[in-house]
Amino acid sequence: MGQGILLSGADDIDFMIHGVFSYELFGQTLWITTSHVCIAIVLLVLFVFIFLANRAIKKGTEVPGGFQNVVEFIVESLDGIVKSTMGKSAPAFRNYIGTIFIFILVSNISGLFGLRPPTADYGTTLALGLMTFTLIHFNKFKHQKVKGVIKGLCDPWPIWAPINIIGDVAVPISLSLRLFANVLSGVVMMALIYGLLGKLALIWPAALHVYFDLFSGCIQTYVFCMLTMTYISDACNTD
Amino acid sequence: MEFNNYFILGCSAIGAGLAVIAGIGPGIGQGIAAGHAAAAVGRNPGAKSDITSTMLLGQAVAETTGLYGLLVAMLLMFVKPLIIK
Repeated sequence: MGQGILLSGADDIDFMIHGVFSYELFGQTLWITTSHVCIAIVLLVLFVFIFLANRAIKKGTEVPGGFQNVVEFIVESLDGIVKSTMGKSAPAFRNYIGTIFIFILVSNISGLFGLRPPTADYGTTLALGLMTFTLIHFNKFKHQKVKGVIKGLCDPWPIWAPINIIGDVAVPISLSLRLFANVLSGVVMMALIYGLLGKLALIWPAALHVYFDLFSGCIQTYVFCMLTMTYISDACNTD
Repeated sequence: MEFNNYFILGCSAIGAGLAVIAGIGPGIGQGIAAGHAAAAVGRNPGAKSDITSTMLLGQAVAETTGLYGLLVAMLLMFVKPLIIK
């Protein structure tokens, strides 16, 4: 069975994840893939930014200027989003929400700089979704106690409990699949345009990059964080 | 009649095409959401930013079903789960 039968005559279409090198762990062969490398690059960029931001804030002046202004603007706008959505449980979660917001945003935008966005790998987004899932249920047990959780499961009648459990399990799956499929569709579209059109794709794909990488990436970041905040503040709500 | 891998690949392509018809639903839904948001801004221009963010959130959630169709199409086209090994 030929590998390139699907898009014949276009061997240079490439949007898959590739293995870089393999290693053995507990008798299984595992791979370091391009996704890991891209995550490492994204984290490196973020760490450099964090280092510079930390230095700018430590040497901060009363009237901010230049780089300190940018850092304060980012922190204040993220805090504003969290505060307007989560209400009284905002102070406990603004660090977490801010962190995943910046990570997902930089990951989505990294397609502009020639990387394969790490969020176009289901492993990354599933990890983010499972973190949200853990936080939801930890806070549910913390704030509503075991009695409240059981009462929430048997919401109209006890016979509905299996359906409620399926609804709970579907939350991280739909969260992660939404982010993954949105970013992946952008990656595939750009790969098809560059691969099939070849030299015709000269300057105008920039407009598509603005839509797929910048617009779609920002919207999906906002949606992921918004839904995470909504679910968590729902779990923190004691009636 | 013998079913070889080329036959299965062709049928997978047809299936992928049928799967992305799922895009019709989110298209209609997002259009309705955008239309109502435009009407709401017309009625209350002061709340424009709130309306826009609510509309975008709702549209992104409505988009999910279409994305599931896209994922099925992707799996059929590029992962090829039905091919006889």
